[in-house]
Amino acid sequence: MQVAAEQRHSPRQAAATPPVLELRNVSISYFVRAGEMKVVPNISFKLGQGEALGLVGESGCGKSTVAFAVMQYLGTVGRITNGQVLFEGKDLAKLSTQELRAIRGRKISMVYQDPMSSLNPVIPIGRQLMEVPIIHFGQSEQEAQARALQMLREVNLPDPETMMTRYPHQLSGGQQQRVVIAMALMAEPSLLVMDEPTTGLDVTVEAAVLDLVARLREKHNTAIIFISHNLGTVVRICDRIGVMYAGELVEEGPIGEVFRNPRHPYTRGLLSCIPTLGADKNSRPLTAIPGQVPSILNRPKGCVFQPRCRFAVAELCSQDPLPTLDMSEHHHVKCVRANELPSHEKLPEGLEAVALGEAPVDAEAVLQIAHLRKTYHQATGMFGSAGYDVHAVDKIDLTANRGQTLAIVGESGCGKSTLAKVLTGIELGSEGMVTLAGQEISQTPVENREARIKRAIQMVFQNPDSTLNPSHSIGYVMERAIRKLRGLGAREARSEATGLLKTVNLPVEFASRMPRQLSGGQKQRVAIARALAGEPDLILADEPVSALDVSVQAAIINLLVEIQSKRGATLVFISHDLSVVRYLADYVAVMYLGQVMEFGRTEEVFAPPYHPYTEALLSAVPIADPDVQQRRIILEGAIPSPQNRPQGCPFATRCPRKVGEICDTTPPPMQTAAAGHRIACHIPMDELKKVDKVVVA
Amino acid sequence: MAMSDTAGSLSRTWARISLLRESPVGMVGAALVIFWILVAIFAPVISPYDPNSNDMDALLDPTPNAMHWLGTDMQGRDMLSRVVWGSRTVLTVAPVAVIVAYAIGSLLGLLAGYYRGWVDNLVNRISDIILSFPAIVLYIIVIMRFGPSALNVVLAVIFIATPQIMRIVRGMTLELREREYVAAAKMRGESTLYIMFVEILPNARGPLIVDACLRMGYTTIAIGVLGFLGLGLPPPTPDWGGSVKDNYALMSLYPHMALFPALAISSLVVGFSLLADGMREISMRD
Amino acid sequence: MLAFFLKRLVSLIFTMLAVSALVFAAFEFTPGQVATKVLGPFSTQDQRDRLMEQLGLNRPVYERYLEWVWNVLHGDLGYSTLYKVPVNDIIWDRLGNTLMLAAIAFAVMVPLSILFGISAGMREGSKLDRTISVASIVTTSVPEFASGVFLASIFVIGLGLLPGTAPLDPNAEWPIAAQLVLPVAVIVLYDLGYVVRMVRASMVEVMTRPYIRTAVLKGLSFRDVILKHALRNAMIAPFTVILLQINYMITGVVVVEAVFAYPGFGRMLLDSALSQDVATVEAASLFAVLVSVGTQIAGDLGYMMLNPRIRFS
Repeated sequence: MQVAAEQRHSPRQAAATPPVLELRNVSISYFVRAGEMKVVPNISFKLGQGEALGLVGESGCGKSTVAFAVMQYLGTVGRITNGQVLFEGKDLAKLSTQELRAIRGRKISMVYQDPMSSLNPVIPIGRQLMEVPIIHFGQSEQEAQARALQMLREVNLPDPETMMTRYPHQLSGGQQQRVVIAMALMAEPSLLVMDEPTTGLDVTVEAAVLDLVARLREKHNTAIIFISHNLGTVVRICDRIGVMYAGELVEEGPIGEVFRNPRHPYTRGLLSCIPTLGADKNSRPLTAIPGQVPSILNRPKGCVFQPRCRFAVAELCSQDPLPTLDMSEHHHVKCVRANELPSHEKLPEGLEAVALGEAPVDAEAVLQIAHLRKTYHQATGMFGSAGYDVHAVDKIDLTANRGQTLAIVGESGCGKSTLAKVLTGIELGSEGMVTLAGQEISQTPVENREARIKRAIQMVFQNPDSTLNPSHSIGYVMERAIRKLRGLGAREARSEATGLLKTVNLPVEFASRMPRQLSGGQKQRVAIARALAGEPDLILADEPVSALDVSVQAAIINLLVEIQSKRGATLVFISHDLSVVRYLADYVAVMYLGQVMEFGRTEEVFAPPYHPYTEALLSAVPIADPDVQQRRIILEGAIPSPQNRPQGCPFATRCPRKVGEICDTTPPPMQTAAAGHRIACHIPMDELKKVDKVVVA
Repeated sequence: MAMSDTAGSLSRTWARISLLRESPVGMVGAALVIFWILVAIFAPVISPYDPNSNDMDALLDPTPNAMHWLGTDMQGRDMLSRVVWGSRTVLTVAPVAVIVAYAIGSLLGLLAGYYRGWVDNLVNRISDIILSFPAIVLYIIVIMRFGPSALNVVLAVIFIATPQIMRIVRGMTLELREREYVAAAKMRGESTLYIMFVEILPNARGPLIVDACLRMGYTTIAIGVLGFLGLGLPPPTPDWGGSVKDNYALMSLYPHMALFPALAISSLVVGFSLLADGMREISMRD
Repeated sequence: MLAFFLKRLVSLIFTMLAVSALVFAAFEFTPGQVATKVLGPFSTQDQRDRLMEQLGLNRPVYERYLEWVWNVLHGDLGYSTLYKVPVNDIIWDRLGNTLMLAAIAFAVMVPLSILFGISAGMREGSKLDRTISVASIVTTSVPEFASGVFLASIFVIGLGLLPGTAPLDPNAEWPIAAQLVLPVAVIVLYDLGYVVRMVRASMVEVMTRPYIRTAVLKGLSFRDVILKHALRNAMIAPFTVILLQINYMITGVVVVEAVFAYPGFGRMLLDSALSQDVATVEAASLFAVLVSVGTQIAGDLGYMMLNPRIRFS
């Protein structure tokens, strides 16, 4: 464990040194059957030595395209049609294949999203690392091996010698990404391009990787282009931020300046649709950006954001080309009205304002989970004779009250999705009870449940692309659900379906559309409407927004809040995202390896006393606000797989506050911090109460 | 709405098929297949002679001439008529066999993939055993045991194709049953039959159509091979494989007798394969 | 891994038992037919019964099955009514001939298929790729007997360069090497396209994988990317397919052997089937299944060896 001192980045003297990288009016197009798609019409920026620029934006905004244009790797269909990509003064597009090869991996290297698939599965790690110095410096095997070992040590991988002989699949996701980073730094490049390097990693692992990147950057003075959809990660790594929208760099400047004084309406929109750890649905509602990103083939004239912008003035914003306004020497905004916009309001009240509000009146319990356990038998041996049990959900107790939201939060392998399967009856519980509407349901598969129970619990799923059957129209899906659950006739079902589509803010004409004609957010709306078809008591939502872009995410979250307050439905919200949970939930259960480590009212869980795991989680969440101070707790190691779960406390192997041997051997006692606030830990409550807040504004 | 959904899905399927125009390879394949289907349908109109009538005069010179455009075979039967009628044989036997094999194979595959457990085990064991025979050996055993006839050829093809189709459908079912929309259907209380046939099967149709088309090609080859080996339809049924076999011995004197039926079967199978490839290409587009 | 191998071995034994029972049942479940076949349709019931007793066919079916299995396991494959010799005396020679044909065809097919498949798949959609793809679709779609006819028309009748039959007779007009050319060509032509498409598909998929991008952006040359990073991954999936071709070449070349009058295993199977020589067909089918299941197991093992994800897990 390390507690890294909190340090704020000061904008470096970018202008003093010649830029490592400069993009001058670069246009990038993909040539597909439909014609030329101008993905990035015109982009310019500079990157000084040792500087880190974060490029952020929603999916399809062209940020990865820019990264691959820098690498001169756009595939067979992509091409830079105009402008120059200057690396140390040389136009990369003019280099021969040979010259380009000498730069790739040597001067510019890249770190990718999804490290597992970026490493060759049939070649040992060591060999993949050694290739770099062998091809670029003509080093001998021994020299290359020594260098590879040195790099593996530098990225804090345990036991580098053995690591050299391992294959990628034998490493955890975090370790794989460390290997990719080590590989990128093998030749001490002057520019590192990182494309969503922590997307897909668990939040505690992400925090450790980000911490590593920040340290290595410090040490090697490497310039970085850091691409992310998550503004919080950019704040941790970068000096400057560039916000991209529909292929354009709409705002670019030092982190502090852009976050404190965002001048482009899109930047503001982004900032106000991200829940930060400090706010909840009552204190600061999220504002979604209305509308959708325009398709590349129908780009509006002038400002691309204009159709969605509430500050737009037609004559002004349609001028083509649109000028870029300089707010300061380093802060540029592609908005003609940038100087006229009112100042951006951050949180109406600080974090402190979200102190314990009024305790929600404890309504009747709709769902009660008592000592629930779900055990999978893992067969081994020749005929499956031997084997061992894995407790995916291990003796948990939870309650969800009518009209309230219970959030279940945790990282991968914590059992949250298994719990959802048991609640829905797709799988059966092994031990314990689940009581819904007065009936035990954990032992009845969904096929055998009474119609009343089926109606009482409905689910919103995670993946918008698999939640709707691609062969069925939206109308068919809705009517079928209404008829099956409520037994209505065809005509009534149709009018009911129309009503539900309106409830989720979709136009009625969508009934005749097919799922593939809908965007991700629209599909999730249909899924919510479908879940509402039977007027359920309980809606179970399993990561319903994690596959969506932030602006869409905000709209869906708001929709859930609205539906809940209107219909008084109970919501069980499963998520890995603490910010969303903080925003939405009344009660929170923090799970780790199948067990509930902490449970309580949201304000209680997000304030001391914390379970050490909750504390680490809160410290790990990247917050999109450079003024928020977070105590850094870096967890080393990976989440153990459920079959290797420690005997005592499941968190013992990674816990920075481990008391001693007792943590490894004895399951922790459930301690009560306050009425309804439970923490499972060996640390005495008094000690737990002594810690400071992790997040301070 | 349910009605209009069906109509909509038909028109969408047609829209996808018409995408084939963008694949030149697929178009060539479609042209070949359509050509042979038309020939089979209009065989009585096209063929100049009865395929089984013997022209004694032609025996002196069986090579192609004005009377017999493709010449005659050893027994003085008109080659053109035999090739034309041969298309009818293959284009009835093959589709019947493939359709029945698909019906049984899809059902078994759905059951095995959806229920898993012992159903899956049983179905899989049986198909493993059938598939452990090299196809040609199995054909020989089946025909040897039951005798050569159109029905037995169809049964043999079904027997061998069914486990292969079962495996494909089972694989897709195993994947599709985990989709969230299937869970949603279960949660609203749909029956298992509904889930298998309305939620799962329609989403497997893309790869299955491509496979069915390829399989028509394989089956055409199988029928030809059986004919060639003397295990196919009993004479004098006009059959391409049988024609090659009957006339092969005289290749050195009259190559045309074997060449034309060989060309006929090759062009039909090439047609099916190219069509399948074109369809695969367009199905990968989105 | 050892457990896997043992598991497969056990399943092999079960499969062989099931197959032998199936084959036995197909031919000998209704032994009455045998008597009719031997004695002709005008024999009396009494004559048939007596023959059945002589042949031991009136015993219960399981007893006869066990006896047959026992004999097979002891190397007694029965008596061939077609060739008028014990099956043992003919089957091994025929197998030897087929193995020679298969070995040559395999040796030609494998390198060619890898070469074509890799060159087509490394640049998807290129002219080379499209040419190889269409060519391989066409060649696999031509039945062996048809390509036999085509090749014979050109090389035997048209050009007179090669013999049209391959009786493997050293005293024939043409040397044995020349006799083998056309049979090998037909096998390779029919089989090559299929394997090429498998290799190509695997290569195409590998080339879209992010680790290939990693290799390119490391600064490796295209040649090194293909040889060091793509090739091994691209060969994992088709490996099993390639091994299974052994199976086709040994037991599935019935047609080629029939076309060229090649004295091999396949023709023996066909001829004995056409003349209802039950013992030979039974022995040949059992052997065919053994080869088939054996190559499957070898394929699975090779797949595991090539794939470290399975090797170390």
